[in-house]
Amino acid sequence: MPDEPLLEAKGLERRYGERAALADVSFTLESGKTLGLFGPNGAGKSTLLRVLATLLRPHGGSVRVLGGALPGEAWKVRGRVGYIGHEPLLYRELSGRENLVFHARLFKVPEQRVDELLEAVGMQRRARDPVRELSRGMVQRLSTARALLHDPPLLLLDEPYSGLDPAARELLDPLIGRPSPRTRVLVSHDLDAGAAECDTALGLRAGRQLYLGKPDPAELKRLLFQ
Amino acid sequence: MTKTAWAILRKDLQIELRTKESVPAMALFSVTVFVLFHFGLQRNALAGDLASGVLWVTLILATVLAVNRLFVTEREQGGIDGLLLAPIDRTAVFIAKAGALFLYLVLLEIVAVPAFGILLLEPDLIKPLPTLILLLFLADIGLAAVGALVSALAVETRARDLIVPLLLLPLLVPVAIAGAEATEPLFSGNQAAHELGKWVGLLGLYDMVFLLVAIAVFDFLLED
Amino acid sequence: MYGKGLRPLSIASAAALGTALGLVFFYAPLDADQGFIQKIFYIHVPLAIVTLFGFIAGGLMAIKYLRSGDSSWDVRSYVAIHLSIVLAVGVLITGAIWAKASWGHWWVWDEPTLVSFLIIFLLYCCYQPLRFSIEDPERQARYAAVFAIIAGAFVPLNFVAVRLAQAFSHPRVLSTTGGNMPGSMRLTFLVSVLAIALLWTTLWKLELTSKNASMQLKRLRRKLELDVEETYSAAGAPAPPVGTVPASPRES
Repeated sequence: MPDEPLLEAKGLERRYGERAALADVSFTLESGKTLGLFGPNGAGKSTLLRVLATLLRPHGGSVRVLGGALPGEAWKVRGRVGYIGHEPLLYRELSGRENLVFHARLFKVPEQRVDELLEAVGMQRRARDPVRELSRGMVQRLSTARALLHDPPLLLLDEPYSGLDPAARELLDPLIGRPSPRTRVLVSHDLDAGAAECDTALGLRAGRQLYLGKPDPAELKRLLFQ
Repeated sequence: MTKTAWAILRKDLQIELRTKESVPAMALFSVTVFVLFHFGLQRNALAGDLASGVLWVTLILATVLAVNRLFVTEREQGGIDGLLLAPIDRTAVFIAKAGALFLYLVLLEIVAVPAFGILLLEPDLIKPLPTLILLLFLADIGLAAVGALVSALAVETRARDLIVPLLLLPLLVPVAIAGAEATEPLFSGNQAAHELGKWVGLLGLYDMVFLLVAIAVFDFLLED
Repeated sequence: MYGKGLRPLSIASAAALGTALGLVFFYAPLDADQGFIQKIFYIHVPLAIVTLFGFIAGGLMAIKYLRSGDSSWDVRSYVAIHLSIVLAVGVLITGAIWAKASWGHWWVWDEPTLVSFLIIFLLYCCYQPLRFSIEDPERQARYAAVFAIIAGAFVPLNFVAVRLAQAFSHPRVLSTTGGNMPGSMRLTFLVSVLAIALLWTTLWKLELTSKNASMQLKRLRRKLELDVEETYSAAGAPAPPVGTVPASPRES
């Protein structure tokens, strides 16, 4: 019995009024692979990621994530996706630990996972400080911990390393980078670094899909940025 | 779902305890408004329909303050996505928010009602207190439900601070009517409530209708 | 699609309005107390009734929109509410005139219908500011629908509340005669309600048709722009704006 691809989109559409934020986007992603999203600002990369995360509803076409069709079966998908977007999704008045405990409750995950992850991202010592007192890199690390609490098979990463120093990157790489066994969709502004990270590249420009295939930085640059 | 609602409510209370934003502001506001009424009406003591009206109008205006803040913390701190990503029933968000507002109102009343009794009320407050507590309890449910709904509705609009009172106050008129009419006899002469059943009935109906409407409609405010 | 039935509807409305006016001026009895000005009752009350039902209808259409996701229901709901708000101003003005003529004041708190109407009017005044302050069009429609439903549920509730609050019922025309209007009054009143209901429906349909036409025009224009753009970009030349006479792509 052939395995269903983890992620499958056909003719995906998302509108913003009359304008198309995403038009006719199609791709598949097998388990364990990484899909890289590339394109200039406003191309629709973050929008696509948010659709896959069930934060936005697709307006046309079909999308299947982890065997669930969106938007009808979004509830099936929600507990199994880890999303790191531009916002850390943490409450600034609460401590890192309190934030993670809260999310653990929402995802019905036992509390010891919180401590496990705090250790994995190297935040145990500052876990009890309110988030508003932490540096950007620390906040990003906490956000990563938040996304991994429920051990999701699919990760949706919107420039997860932005604002991180090399030490922090090294810390997070085994969790959300190539070495991790998870399936990933990765948005990256750095063409070369991003291309090295992924197995398939999807190029977007003004919502339209202009490229799908092997990650080739030169070709991507030509199609998307000229 | 109750577990989720409780988790969200707990989180909101944690934040409120730390920032102390809503409840102290509401309490301070109420007492200030009482002072304003003293000067505005040029009275040292109020009884009957005037007393009743001042109390209820003040409570309703204080609700507006809390409603303005209810969803703002989510929006400002990017929390809404966090709730939307989780595998939860979204009605739990409404219950948690309405629950938080209800608690803030109760805490407010613990301060504002005695303050009113001391500053402005002429007849004794103790005797009608049990009936008053019943009325406040019923009213608070309606205020909390409608308040949470309006807060969610207004959170995405540009002129949020303006839209909230404009939207909320007409919707709360029935609560003002029932509350003020029912409380009037409590603050006059013999302080015995008559026609109480009519007003309790109205409050009950109001609470029921808006809880049902809110639960039916709330999901649409959160999804995208 | 929307324009179908507009002509017979307009004719029916005009006929009904004509009949109503005729009845009001020539058939309905002259009120002993209030005199000629009492006849404004035949506009004011039917207008109020139709407007309130218009708001509720807007709420029902909003429910259909949320359930189906079909934005044509949203447009219908918007037009229904928007039209009713405009007519509501008429209700308040005619109510004030009637109040002044009958009881000597421009406003009376004793008239529960008028009072609850004022509250509802104040509420619905928020509809358009709310709508237009949300930028995302889909979200705008959704939130407007939620508002329409909340406000629609509020209309009857508010009416009940205000009614209960009237400690003493000021004699109103409907209750002066103990709820039994003389036959001639009743007939005139019913015809007026019918006429205004038809008028509302005609105006509603008219505005829908006009909105639909302008939306289609916008859509076609956009499509044309995109087509022109594609043709020219394929030829490697910049596209002239739609509406100018283009030179042949090969010439530029």
